[in-house]
Amino acid sequence: MEHRVVITGMGIYSCLGENLNEVRDSLFQGKSGIIYDEIRKDFGFRSALTGMVKDPDLTQFLSRRQRIGMHQPAMYAYMATKEAVENAGLDIDFLEKTETGLIYGNDSTAGSVGETIDRIREKNDTTLVGSGAIFQNMNCTVNMNISTIFKLKGINFTLSAACASGSHSIGMGYLLIKQGLQERVICGGAQEINPTAMGSFDGLSVFSIKESTPTKASRPFDRDRDGLIPSGGAATVILESYESAIKRGAPILGELIGYGFSSNGDHLSNPNIDGQHRSLNMALKQANIDANKIDYINAHATSTPAGDSVEAEAIHGVFGGKVAVSSTKSMTGHECWMAGASEVVYSMLMMQHNFIAPNINFENPDDTSVKINIIAETKQQKINCFLSNSFGFGGTNSSLIIKKID
Amino acid sequence: MNRETIIETVKDFLSDEFEVDKSKIQPDANLQETLDLDSLDYVDLVVVIEENFGFKVTGEDFVGIATFDDFYTLVEKKLAEK
Repeated sequence: MEHRVVITGMGIYSCLGENLNEVRDSLFQGKSGIIYDEIRKDFGFRSALTGMVKDPDLTQFLSRRQRIGMHQPAMYAYMATKEAVENAGLDIDFLEKTETGLIYGNDSTAGSVGETIDRIREKNDTTLVGSGAIFQNMNCTVNMNISTIFKLKGINFTLSAACASGSHSIGMGYLLIKQGLQERVICGGAQEINPTAMGSFDGLSVFSIKESTPTKASRPFDRDRDGLIPSGGAATVILESYESAIKRGAPILGELIGYGFSSNGDHLSNPNIDGQHRSLNMALKQANIDANKIDYINAHATSTPAGDSVEAEAIHGVFGGKVAVSSTKSMTGHECWMAGASEVVYSMLMMQHNFIAPNINFENPDDTSVKINIIAETKQQKINCFLSNSFGFGGTNSSLIIKKID
Repeated sequence: MNRETIIETVKDFLSDEFEVDKSKIQPDANLQETLDLDSLDYVDLVVVIEENFGFKVTGEDFVGIATFDDFYTLVEKKLAEK
């Protein structure tokens, strides 16, 4: 027997706000979270632009032993997960006595690894890095920390799939619940924001260098875009079987009805329209709906010339030119490993509050973006069903379809 | 460094690192129980000792160390050896 999969909780810690309410307001106002970070320039970055979140003060929530293995990915993920767990009407007592899984997207721990190596080189003694470093440095840092703090007893692993990590994590949670293997899975994505994490990415010269106008620099689909802007934080969604949600009397925020995925099998960084088509069509087929049932597409579009054009073509090829499209990366920058999860949360907030967040800085279309319906100003509109795209380095693609509950 | 200074220094960094009220760090109190140390915490104890006194202790050094008073004596001995 297959199970319906619903979303019963969400949490967000991003450059648009540190909780759902703040982020909803920023989305509605079309507020950018991008800043100029002088530290990056001093470090040798070509572009000092970034989304920014502060490291949360966890001393009020967690003991020293709970905090010591946490660096940015786990700290951000804790904040987002705490909010999601509370919104879902869950608590640690309940989680400890039942079976809840955790599949979290993360693809780097460069900040803590850098600090650890610096320390070993300084002291010439591995003991002097302390007991927390190993738990900060492993890529599964979010899962190790969150599963022990929240006393989770179900499936427990980290999913690394570049900039589609967060999206695939939700997709995998969906499949496990659909098949009846888990009743509830906490999914999400985390992205560290320190300069160490993004130095090698900046080295590819793919970041925007519109440094004099940070809030105007991320301009997905716009003719004058010149690159992406890194960002970070964490986003969490609680996936649950419909039966479990009803039994608990949990809030049902939406239903996940389709997960499409594909691999380009082609180039390390270049996008591929065939791969995107396959992912989109698979999601629609699984959701068993026609393309015209999608009211809104949250595009992956990162503000790079090549990536946005291929996605515009792919969307046009599958959906035509009418469906409303925006890239919230115009406000957040590219939240990378977190993006697939955060953009589900952003889209869920739009669906809950009947608006489409704008693709800010979209002033002039190019040859491809002119073919699709990009929403440049906040639009009051009911959304019954949306699709969220995520595409990552190595050619990994993921598309999720979520609708309001019947 | 005299014993009094050692005691004050130790109280400062242990209460800070292990988030324990300074008043609980008494000479005859048990070090492991008072600081709630598990095996991982001993690694951090080595780190804070090195940061504050400039020498590294090993697992063998901790053999026979039960109370804070024992610990102060160990620090005194190690400082004298420097």
